[in-house]
Amino acid sequence: MERVNDLNKSPYAKSKSKKTLLKERIIKYFFTINSLVVIIIFTLIFVFLLQEGLKALDVIAIKDFVYKTVFENGEEGKLYQWYPTSEQPRFSLIPLILGSLLISIPATLISTVFGISVGIYLSEIASIKTREFLKPIIEIFAGIPTVVLGFFMLVVVASIFQDIFNPVNRLNAFLASIGLSFIIIPIISSLTEDAFNAVPKEIRMASYALGASKFQTVFRVLIPTAMSGLSASIILGFGRAIGETMIVLMASGNAAELSFELFRSARTMTATIAAELGEVSQDSAHYFALFFIGLVLFVITFILNMVAELILNRMRNKINY
Amino acid sequence: MRKVKIKVNELSVFFNFLQALNRVSIEIYGNKVTAIIGPSGCGKTSFLRTINRMNELIIGFRKKGEVLIDNINIYNNNIDVVNLRRLVGMVFQSSNLFPKSIYENLAFAPKIHGIKDQKIIDELIEETCTKAAIWEEIKDRLEVNALTLSAGQQQRLCIARALTIQPDILLMDEPASMLDPISTAKIEELIFDLKKKYTIIVVTHNMQQAARISDFTAFFYLGQLVEYDKTTKLFTNPSNKQTEDYLTGRFG
Repeated sequence: MERVNDLNKSPYAKSKSKKTLLKERIIKYFFTINSLVVIIIFTLIFVFLLQEGLKALDVIAIKDFVYKTVFENGEEGKLYQWYPTSEQPRFSLIPLILGSLLISIPATLISTVFGISVGIYLSEIASIKTREFLKPIIEIFAGIPTVVLGFFMLVVVASIFQDIFNPVNRLNAFLASIGLSFIIIPIISSLTEDAFNAVPKEIRMASYALGASKFQTVFRVLIPTAMSGLSASIILGFGRAIGETMIVLMASGNAAELSFELFRSARTMTATIAAELGEVSQDSAHYFALFFIGLVLFVITFILNMVAELILNRMRNKINY
Repeated sequence: MRKVKIKVNELSVFFNFLQALNRVSIEIYGNKVTAIIGPSGCGKTSFLRTINRMNELIIGFRKKGEVLIDNINIYNNNIDVVNLRRLVGMVFQSSNLFPKSIYENLAFAPKIHGIKDQKIIDELIEETCTKAAIWEEIKDRLEVNALTLSAGQQQRLCIARALTIQPDILLMDEPASMLDPISTAKIEELIFDLKKKYTIIVVTHNMQQAARISDFTAFFYLGQLVEYDKTTKLFTNPSNKQTEDYLTGRFG
């Protein structure tokens, strides 16, 4: 074989053509720029929220977001109230946070029980045909416009509840919880199913081959292995519950009261923003206070999502060492 | 004295429209080691998994023919599959430990089968791990996650775990495929030891291994049982041309 002296004649010396280079560059920039645009927009939204929210602290003392001190008959008292438009405005977030929790915690508990059961049923018990049939039906619930669900709760379920529970208020925290459950159950159930499907087939086989029954396999092998995924699904469901607006706005009654009762009206942070932001005069204390609520909500959901993501990562590491 | 332990009659296995086994009939003897050899995709694993009915977990599985263990048709409607799998243990091709501690992996089967006495479980674990030649390596770190062990250790731990159900029949699907020669030798010794108590069926790609450890060998090809005989006879003087070609490396 003759040695190729001129390096450029070697078949290995071929360089990329200009056309290929250009094409690769265009593809690269197309995707990079699109991602950057999205990231920049999200950052700007966050900055705006932060800016407007923190301006509230210039007008309202941070203590006033907790309680308002009042003097009556020479005695000092604390008012935990949200009356932003009164002559002496009160901006306590406590009743709103309480309202949010009073609605989203029961909703999360209900959804956890049903969502995880449905997830286990779909991934382990149902036949393929049943699964193919049921899955889209359950997932459709997550896609129903929340205003429709809210309306349904307001008109139909509220009347039924009035007959059964005889609540203090026709529209109350519990009604809103049930409404929220309709959208959180699909979230938890599909994440549960994913978590179960992420358990390698071999592990399932190992359990069956050792003579475990289906339920022993589910409870002793699959649930422990998928535990992180299950916890993450519950946290994400809770995050959705805290952040959901339309259903709670329509079904909770919206009375910002300092109440721990499930069958009383309650008002959430989200509903407050939705109901009041349209009527508030810009750059007033009230306006900034609403942005401050938004900031609080953002921080809460951000932390919840972060925690869920961390837990999910831990699960992935645990399964594939 | 040869006692027929497993009797398979005209067994055909399908996965959807794919036929994995074609009218296999074989008699497997008790307290013997039977090796199953053949090229990849010839139905060795499918055959093995019909004996503890693991194939049923695969979607699209159908079968014709019957499998009798001690003269009982294990595919009868009234057979408790969970009980069957307690009697017919299985070691898989690749290690499939639970992502739990070594101890929990080993105590899993005794616990689900209702052994409550901690001492009995601990003794059982030590006994099976010693048999599987893994005890010395793990006895001081039973609480460690089992997936941190090396591939070879995991495989031996799987064998130990399969023994904790104290099976009657042991199915092994290429148990030594991931092991170094020393561990392989230990496993082969173990198999030799175990046949006093158990009936063992080993699927293997390694023909020297089949020759070393088994009493009987079955050669499968394209889903059919081509030849089945005493290992010494099959390896030295096969009666079928295909077997001879496979053994001499002319195909497969």
